[in-house]
Amino acid sequence: MAETKDTQWPLWEVFIQANSGIPHKHAGSVHASDKEMALTNARDLYTRRNEGTSIWVVPSNAVIASNPNDSDMLFDPANDKIYRHPTFYVMPEGAVGL
Amino acid sequence: MTKQETLFKYTLRLGDNSLILGHRLSEWSSYAPILEEDLALTNIALDLIGRAQALLKYAAEIEGKGRTEDDLVFKRAERQFLNVLLLEQPNGDFAMTIARQIFNSAFELLLFEELSKSRDEMLAALATKCLKEVKYHWRHAYDWLQRLGDGTEESHERMQKAVDDLWMFTGELFEIDEVETILINEGIAIDTRLLHDKWLSKISDAIRSATLTHPAEGYMQTGGRIGIHTENLGFILAEMQYLPRAYPDAKW
Repeated sequence: MAETKDTQWPLWEVFIQANSGIPHKHAGSVHASDKEMALTNARDLYTRRNEGTSIWVVPSNAVIASNPNDSDMLFDPANDKIYRHPTFYVMPEGAVGL
Repeated sequence: MTKQETLFKYTLRLGDNSLILGHRLSEWSSYAPILEEDLALTNIALDLIGRAQALLKYAAEIEGKGRTEDDLVFKRAERQFLNVLLLEQPNGDFAMTIARQIFNSAFELLLFEELSKSRDEMLAALATKCLKEVKYHWRHAYDWLQRLGDGTEESHERMQKAVDDLWMFTGELFEIDEVETILINEGIAIDTRLLHDKWLSKISDAIRSATLTHPAEGYMQTGGRIGIHTENLGFILAEMQYLPRAYPDAKW
């Protein structure tokens, strides 16, 4: 595949935690020349409307992604194993965030 | 001057500073070096315009002549604006904007910390709220000063020039006159002269760690606080006030 030349600054992936105690969720990405700028840019882009209590930024090139061509091998075998799903239990009352 | 008149003028000065800098930063909208920075600068502009709205609303209340914050923004002439000269200076290149930001946010950091203890409850509450925003403005400006000062040869030169060029407008931040004197005695206004040494050491540290040279002491410009402005303010007002003056009472 031909490489596209990115003329912007390095790319960072942004993860936002909406409330304490729950996982950080991928929110998008930002360009920034260093980690401090990545954090402030992420703050300005993704938490302006009260979305977050914590931010993680990770250099995009540090993220190792699975190959779409491997989807069959990686994910299909899980399809017919319903016994792996905890659907035979009743959720306790008051359990949230599961 | 009655206490009411002084408090009106004091609040107006604070409000005009926020308004004019907020407008200046909003001019970066869609022109900043990259998208992320565009949002950062307009975000700061929004903080400032929000602050201006609150302060000018309060000023209008104090005045008690039935004017609103919009009247104060759109229906005053140049000589009636009381912002300091530093904040009406043009955005220039990006370095110019950063120099203006670092001088002002270092000052506001110290000012609002003191003002949050003011005996005027409204000003104290507003200062407490603004302090959080200003901490971020300072961080933003500080980080950029380091990057540009300690960056490439060109960014270093431009940053140095910006700091040097705007230095003569920093003296006005620490002036006081009759308005402040009366309110300082009441425990309402802040004696900014007492903030100068702390400001200077904060700025000197930032300049030095960005590998820049401290600007030479020289003549300080003055006048904005009493309505004597540089030619820049007229252009700002022309743009800011055009619509309400051309279409009075226009509504969204």
